[in-house]
Amino acid sequence: MINSSSDNVKKLNSINRRMFITGSVKFFIMIGLVSRLFFLQVKENKKYLTLSDKNRIREWKLAPVRGEFHDYFGNVIAGNFEAYQLHIIPEQVEDFRYVIYRIKDLLELNDKEFKRIIKKKNEIKSWETLIVSDNLSWKKFSKINNHLYDLNGVKPVISISRNYPFGSNFTHVIGYVSQANEQDIENNEAIKKNFVPGLKIGKVGLEKSFEKQLIGSNDIERYEVNAYGRRISQLEFQKGEKGKSLRLTVDTKVQQLSNQLLKDQAGSICVMDIYTGEVIAMHSSPSFDPNLFVFGISQDDWQIIRNDPMKPLVNKTLQGNYSPGSTIKPIVALSALENGIINTNFTVNCRGHKHPLELYGQTYHCWKKQGHGFMNLRNAMKQSCDTYFYEIARKLGVDRLSETAKKFGLGKEVFGNLFNIEKKGLVPSTQWKKNALGQSWVLGETVITGIGQGYIQTTPIQLCLMTAQIANGGYKIYPKIVIDDENKTSPIDKFTPLYKNSKNIKIVQDAMFASTNEVRGTSYRSRIDDPKYQFAGKTGTAQVKKITERDRELDLKTFQIPYEERDHALYIAYGPYKNPRYAVSILVEHGGNGSTTAAPMAKKLFKTIIDRHQLRESINNKKYLDI
Amino acid sequence: MYQHNRLTTNNFNFFSKLANFDYILMACILLLGFISLATMYSTDGGKILFHTKSHFTKLIVFTIMMLIFSFINIKFWFSIGYFFYVIIIGLLIWTYLFGIKSSGSQRWIDLYFINLQPSELMKICIILCLAKYFHRMKLENVNSLYAILSSLIIILLPMGLVIVQPDLGTSLLISISGLAVLWFAGINHKYFIYTMIGFLISLPFIISFLKPYQKLRVLTFLNPDRDPLGAGYQIIQSKIAVGSGGIFGKGFLKGTQSYLEFLPEKHTDFIFTLFSEEFGFIGSVFLLLIYAIIIYRIVAIGAQSRSYFAKLFCYSFAASIFVYITINMSMVLGLLPIVGSPLPIMSYGGSSMLATMIGFGIVMSAKVHNQQSIA
Repeated sequence: MINSSSDNVKKLNSINRRMFITGSVKFFIMIGLVSRLFFLQVKENKKYLTLSDKNRIREWKLAPVRGEFHDYFGNVIAGNFEAYQLHIIPEQVEDFRYVIYRIKDLLELNDKEFKRIIKKKNEIKSWETLIVSDNLSWKKFSKINNHLYDLNGVKPVISISRNYPFGSNFTHVIGYVSQANEQDIENNEAIKKNFVPGLKIGKVGLEKSFEKQLIGSNDIERYEVNAYGRRISQLEFQKGEKGKSLRLTVDTKVQQLSNQLLKDQAGSICVMDIYTGEVIAMHSSPSFDPNLFVFGISQDDWQIIRNDPMKPLVNKTLQGNYSPGSTIKPIVALSALENGIINTNFTVNCRGHKHPLELYGQTYHCWKKQGHGFMNLRNAMKQSCDTYFYEIARKLGVDRLSETAKKFGLGKEVFGNLFNIEKKGLVPSTQWKKNALGQSWVLGETVITGIGQGYIQTTPIQLCLMTAQIANGGYKIYPKIVIDDENKTSPIDKFTPLYKNSKNIKIVQDAMFASTNEVRGTSYRSRIDDPKYQFAGKTGTAQVKKITERDRELDLKTFQIPYEERDHALYIAYGPYKNPRYAVSILVEHGGNGSTTAAPMAKKLFKTIIDRHQLRESINNKKYLDI
Repeated sequence: MYQHNRLTTNNFNFFSKLANFDYILMACILLLGFISLATMYSTDGGKILFHTKSHFTKLIVFTIMMLIFSFINIKFWFSIGYFFYVIIIGLLIWTYLFGIKSSGSQRWIDLYFINLQPSELMKICIILCLAKYFHRMKLENVNSLYAILSSLIIILLPMGLVIVQPDLGTSLLISISGLAVLWFAGINHKYFIYTMIGFLISLPFIISFLKPYQKLRVLTFLNPDRDPLGAGYQIIQSKIAVGSGGIFGKGFLKGTQSYLEFLPEKHTDFIFTLFSEEFGFIGSVFLLLIYAIIIYRIVAIGAQSRSYFAKLFCYSFAASIFVYITINMSMVLGLLPIVGSPLPIMSYGGSSMLATMIGFGIVMSAKVHNQQSIA
């Protein structure tokens, strides 16, 4: 018993000692747990709170509202309209098959469209929105609304979408929008930031160039979601900002007139303010309806546009490299005068096709079979005598000519990098030929450059700028099409003189006046006698192919020649002659003859342009009147 | 002498038993039950659904059972120690042979009215059995080879049966419960230290024997960001839930992590996460405090007990409860790899609650009969 009790005491001592050790260990572990809790919940609370919010809150972005384009007078030329759309969230539909077939009947969908919708439905999650139709007519939209009672889960939605009220009139200025593809998202930060499925972005033209300003910012809806991404409740709606609207320098009336003038013909018309460089109209024909692209163009429409032989997709004003033909003659004359090669009295005898200019066995004909006789500068320009310009070009040499041409804006992009499609054209020089073709320059090539044939190539907008700079007395201007373009800083060399002697500009201007307003002038028939509208110009007829001896013998009329072989008709002009303000360049592809095809258009154009001048000025003054 | 007489009399009546009851422990258990019910209600999304109802029923039934157990003399618990152990071993073998398979493991047996998980019962049973084994043993014999080997067999047998289910977590908890008894029984420190060292050395080898999903758990614990949507998901989401709770919590029924179903196993092993998210640091510390009081009371009851068996049982049971809590919390707080270990009373699960309540019942019985000595 004693033994046992002493053992008991020992046992009790042992167990109590060990209990004490265990208790202390427990105490410290408890403190450890509490400090861990403290660390997570108090110290790191912010971090985990953010993580938790990230978990539970998901953002849904809605397509931003795109900025508009306005013309000079504030008319909307690219706006937004309310598109009627039909959305379905599949999980909210009890009997999807029934509903979708019902919709198929109501909207009269064909099998192809129907299959596309079914395919799309299978690709998305059941709580995501299925866009059944993105642009319904009002009739169909109201039909759906009338049948909503047995279309559970179907949502008629009004969404904002692009609209071009003037259809094809402005296509080659502002371009069009269409669904963004992966490449667009990759290349443009603004698109990447604001991307939502179905986002429409500018594909060409100003819509593309000003994407950043136009795109605006998303409306953001914040939803609480569960672990499977299903929306539980809406927490917040953050209104996005509408994209910036841009005001253009173009005048819708003039632009519409340009469209009418070039109807059914391929070509281009540009109108420019000769002092401010504002582009009043810029049209390339044929055009196409940009509204077709907004919701994705149908295959049929696309094929029609793509296969049109007149190439509506090509912006001829900016992308078309054409031989300038006789429209280059004012520059050739100016260059010759500036370099002291000729004076106003310098004369060349044009003796017709029987006695053409001959150089190293090659003959160079004037366009006039009988010849012009003795020509001075004024007469040569007036009647567009080729022989005269062969001669002065020969004396001048191509390098001095190209120097003047480049000064006046040929051979480089008129709008800089505003339009990424714009072509540079080509002003040849001996150095250029050596570099590009590895051959040396031949004198004959200088001779034909003098009448705007051969290597030389210009775009219609370049010719317009050239004309404007001659018309304003030889001062440099920078053409612009968007008012308040933030991207552009005012260039320093604006209005610097491009001439050595201002008298030379006057001589060329006078010669151009003669060409339009004096008897025997090439565009005499298109003149306007009223000094208010009177303009001065220069015709041009650019050969598409080399004229052979046989052609010369046949001397076919324009309509007898196959379309693709007809000459391009060109015309450059500025007006009113006294106190000039506007420059025009017109190009009609395969139009036959500058004086019969292109010049009459200028007559109609100047009437409208000058009539609208007062109105245009008043818009500018208006801001002072308002005060 | 008088005292001795009074307490050894067998007509130790009901009211004096009631007076001897540990009301603090009882209050804590009831409070814990209430908290667990509220939390369960929250996991059901603020509605009284299956889990809440079921948990409530179990809580009521097992609490009544505990009260009944506490009026049964401690001598009875001592006497059934081995028998209980044998029964549970039998049930484990039964599980191994005819158990219900669910999600890749075979842990349950179908008793028609309840699906029982015998491995949970083994956690309490092993303490009872070993406490009985060491009760009469002299201190010098405790460290004899025979005693150590036979007690190790008592521990290893159920462990093996549980590991094959497979359920590593529970088998570890069983062994820890067993080792706790060995520790209090007075087995030499050295053996524990040697075992620890041996375990650490053999750790790399043990890891190579682990099942791929177990290895993944260890790797995930070491770096949860390794696979944030796969294996690391539980730990990351759990930490986010606890951390986002802050000092005062997001409020009852407002835990976004659980409500939006980011939390895994929120009814069972991760119940503390939900509680902690909704009630914050204050709530969590309060819950820990309740557990601490419970543990303290159990230890105190052990200290007051006259019999060595009751002492051994109480101390070991307190240590086991402490270990369960620590392991569960460390797991959800990202301090330990994920092992299946429920939080006593709080977690949903009948067998676990049954085992805990049996334990509390015996402890309470030890308190009520604290002057009872066992020969």
